[in-house]
Amino acid sequence: MQVEDGMKTHEQFADDLALYALEELTGSERQEFEQHLDTCASCRREVQALRGDLSLLALSGAGPRPPARSKDRLMRAIAAEPRGVSAHAPALVRRRGMSWALVPTLIAMGLLIWAGTLMQKNDAMQHNLSSMSVLYKATSVQLQEAKERLQLLSAADVMQVSLSPQSAPHAPHATTIYSPSQKRLMLMASGLAPAPPGKAYELWLIPMEGAPMPAGMFKPDEKGNAMMMDHTMSEGVLAKAFAVTLEDEAGSAKPTSPILIVGSGL
Amino acid sequence: MDKSSGTVTDAGNDMRLVARVRAGDQQALAELYDRYSGVVYAVALRILQDTGAAEDLLQDVFLQLWRKPEAFDSSRGSLGPWLAVIARHRSIDRLRQRRPETDIEDCVIASATDLRDETERSLVIEKVRVVMNEMSPDQRTAMEMAFFQGLTHTEISEKTGEPLGTIKTRIRSGLQMLRTRFAS
Repeated sequence: MQVEDGMKTHEQFADDLALYALEELTGSERQEFEQHLDTCASCRREVQALRGDLSLLALSGAGPRPPARSKDRLMRAIAAEPRGVSAHAPALVRRRGMSWALVPTLIAMGLLIWAGTLMQKNDAMQHNLSSMSVLYKATSVQLQEAKERLQLLSAADVMQVSLSPQSAPHAPHATTIYSPSQKRLMLMASGLAPAPPGKAYELWLIPMEGAPMPAGMFKPDEKGNAMMMDHTMSEGVLAKAFAVTLEDEAGSAKPTSPILIVGSGL
Repeated sequence: MDKSSGTVTDAGNDMRLVARVRAGDQQALAELYDRYSGVVYAVALRILQDTGAAEDLLQDVFLQLWRKPEAFDSSRGSLGPWLAVIARHRSIDRLRQRRPETDIEDCVIASATDLRDETERSLVIEKVRVVMNEMSPDQRTAMEMAFFQGLTHTEISEKTGEPLGTIKTRIRSGLQMLRTRFAS
């Protein structure tokens, strides 16, 4: 979403996505970034995707397994803080010939047990509250994302373009949905050949004037299908056409190979 | 791209265990530990360079999972990659001697990588290493300094003598390369 948050634009925040995912942003810079994330689903999705990339990077550090004692230590620790424990207070045993002198002690014990029960109930309620808060956050994010996709599909200036090979119109096929005002697009493709090692498909937005603009990288699955649910363009220019080429998988700033499929929105 | 098959299988299986953890089932946590402790420990050890500190971190991550199992958002992907990222962030926090920057429930990640099975895990690790080896030494170094040493882009720029913009580009395109190689 192309909104301005104070002095910073979406593009400036987008430039810091990797820094945020790597936990480099701190203090007010981080707060400002998180305020933007609250309103921008595309940045939120990219942060989540970047964390996915980072999890892969984490695996390059795979090494020795932890010692066996670590598991014993963990199991002892969780045994010391069990959950779902029944809050039943132990039953008081009636005894014959009970001395009245024990009454204050029994009352004190009763109060202690009652307080303990209340604390356990409080813990359980806090746990439930925490679960509901997490669920609420996740649902809010999903709702926001759905809302933004709907906005794209129902935008007044939305354009849908079908892309097919210039020479053989029945082979690979792609459809893009793009809104210049929202600067966002989606792509659905089918019938694509697997990308060679080190290569990926790149979508290009061909503006009314000027050079093609990169509009996202994608690779097909084993059935030749591919989908880019969201891609945010740096500029909301009017598109004359869309095209797909095969590029190095790190992406290219300009097309370096022949157009595989192309479609005009005019 | 259809990443759903891996996600559903992986998350579905893990989620059954996570649901049992939520109900207070200690055995379920033990099973998750058996499955992912290697990944968490390896990340912590690589960053902290100390077996004792890595063991503490491992304990910390799984205790967090025990205390807040609902923080894992299964709709976004697999548990293994999520734990790996939590382990990395907590290790860097410890390295920088600071309070955690991100609550675990706010650390939502999108990943379909399946690490549940030992064989699958080995294949993924091998593939990551291949991709890392395909990167130029400068790019690989920049990524490792950022990820495993917790250096900021500015610090990496100062250490390597490369412009800040170059470091940013190297890290961004390196991550993009990993993503596209694992996307298909």
